[in-house]
Amino acid sequence: MTEPQVPLLTPINLLTGFLGSGKTTLLARLLADPALSDAAVLINEFGEVGLDHHLVERIDDTMVLLQSGCLCCTVRGELADAIKDLHSKRERGLVPPFRRIVVESTGLADPFPVLSTIKSDPVLRHHFRPGNVITTVDAVNGPGQLGTYVESNRQVAVADRLVVTKADLTPAADIASLGEKLRTINPDAPLLTATDPSFVVADLVDENLSLRAAALQSTSGFYCEAPVQLATAGGAAHQSAVTSFVMTVERAIDWTAFGIWLTMLLNRHGEKVLRVKGILNIAGEERPVAIHGVQHLVHTPVHMERWPDEDRRSHIVFIVDGLDVGLLKRSFEAFALDQSPVETAAVPKRSLQEHQSFS
Amino acid sequence: MCSLCGVLGGNEHWADAVARPGVYTRNVERIDRRRERANRVRIANAMLARFGLTISDWQGASFVLSTRTGKSEIIEDLGHLWPAAERLCGRACDPLDPALIDAAEAAIDD
Repeated sequence: MTEPQVPLLTPINLLTGFLGSGKTTLLARLLADPALSDAAVLINEFGEVGLDHHLVERIDDTMVLLQSGCLCCTVRGELADAIKDLHSKRERGLVPPFRRIVVESTGLADPFPVLSTIKSDPVLRHHFRPGNVITTVDAVNGPGQLGTYVESNRQVAVADRLVVTKADLTPAADIASLGEKLRTINPDAPLLTATDPSFVVADLVDENLSLRAAALQSTSGFYCEAPVQLATAGGAAHQSAVTSFVMTVERAIDWTAFGIWLTMLLNRHGEKVLRVKGILNIAGEERPVAIHGVQHLVHTPVHMERWPDEDRRSHIVFIVDGLDVGLLKRSFEAFALDQSPVETAAVPKRSLQEHQSFS
Repeated sequence: MCSLCGVLGGNEHWADAVARPGVYTRNVERIDRRRERANRVRIANAMLARFGLTISDWQGASFVLSTRTGKSEIIEDLGHLWPAAERLCGRACDPLDPALIDAAEAAIDD
């Protein structure tokens, strides 16, 4: 009998969204979906999701197994402890070998601390990695929340997948304007509509980078080449001042110089850099490198298979909260590009040595 | 862990993760590895010079960050660079500082 493979690093997906934006409804749907049959889902309360008719087995008072094969747990106390407990049970064979974890966050939470926990905890970071952040946005109340609450903007800004809920209760024109609004905050996360017949649960957790790259380099051009300043529902400049913009770099980027600049920026302004993501043309590399960061946290860069098209320039999307975009661009130009002459003569000139030894 | 200095190893920083010669390797391609480290030191020094700091490779395993008066700190990887640099030079190392950008732009134009 072959045991189901447990991935080397189990992805942890974060499901977030403002209060009442339909997280739990979406979650109830996820729990019953075969796409998540190999997942463990961490929720706040069993009662909210109404699991009774899906329930197969109760493992202990915080964990149940569902018909779909999905493992469902409530979080008591620290999230890190709950994940470690799951990991321990999986290793001991007490629960089915799940290949993914989905964490439901509370409506007001900033998603960043969860991602940070995964990356910094000495046990978790060797067994788990951050997966997609899924953010639900309510089509009815979403526009108002985006205009009022900073948390709501931050949740949208860090998302890898945006899910518009309650679209069936809203006129199509309003949904289109909500879509535009979301695009100004988060230019490249795929936008999905929960009520759409074509909505597939698997898309939420699928980490196909080309999807992201395609959105980033869509033929319709960049969503926010010029910095976008958000406005409140009333039309005034938003207090959260979330701004997104794309930097396009003509010349190949030196990875080390870029790394030093970005670590310097994040060290000083990490909590204001909600998102950094992009495709880089790294000097000396055939294939593009995708980078992806949330606040102080930068995910391990990924080598993409190939360039999506003929364009070989680097594109970096920044979503910042209250940073001066002009200064950021100037700073990038001044520091992130290696200005010093490349030392082509790093290898000793052998011809000279040989010449001397023969003379 | 290094038994001499108690530095814990194995902390992977994202900036170390691009696979090119000399980055991942530990036991092979020693020349590439040293060249890669030398290149990092060169680029980091260009940036740190603005704060009166220098960095040097330490045994191919860590980096030593020093002020002009010799105050030094050992750092494991580039992820620890900036907090250590700020401790040593006693001020914020802000890449968005207009004066710093002005100076760098003037240097590029020259």
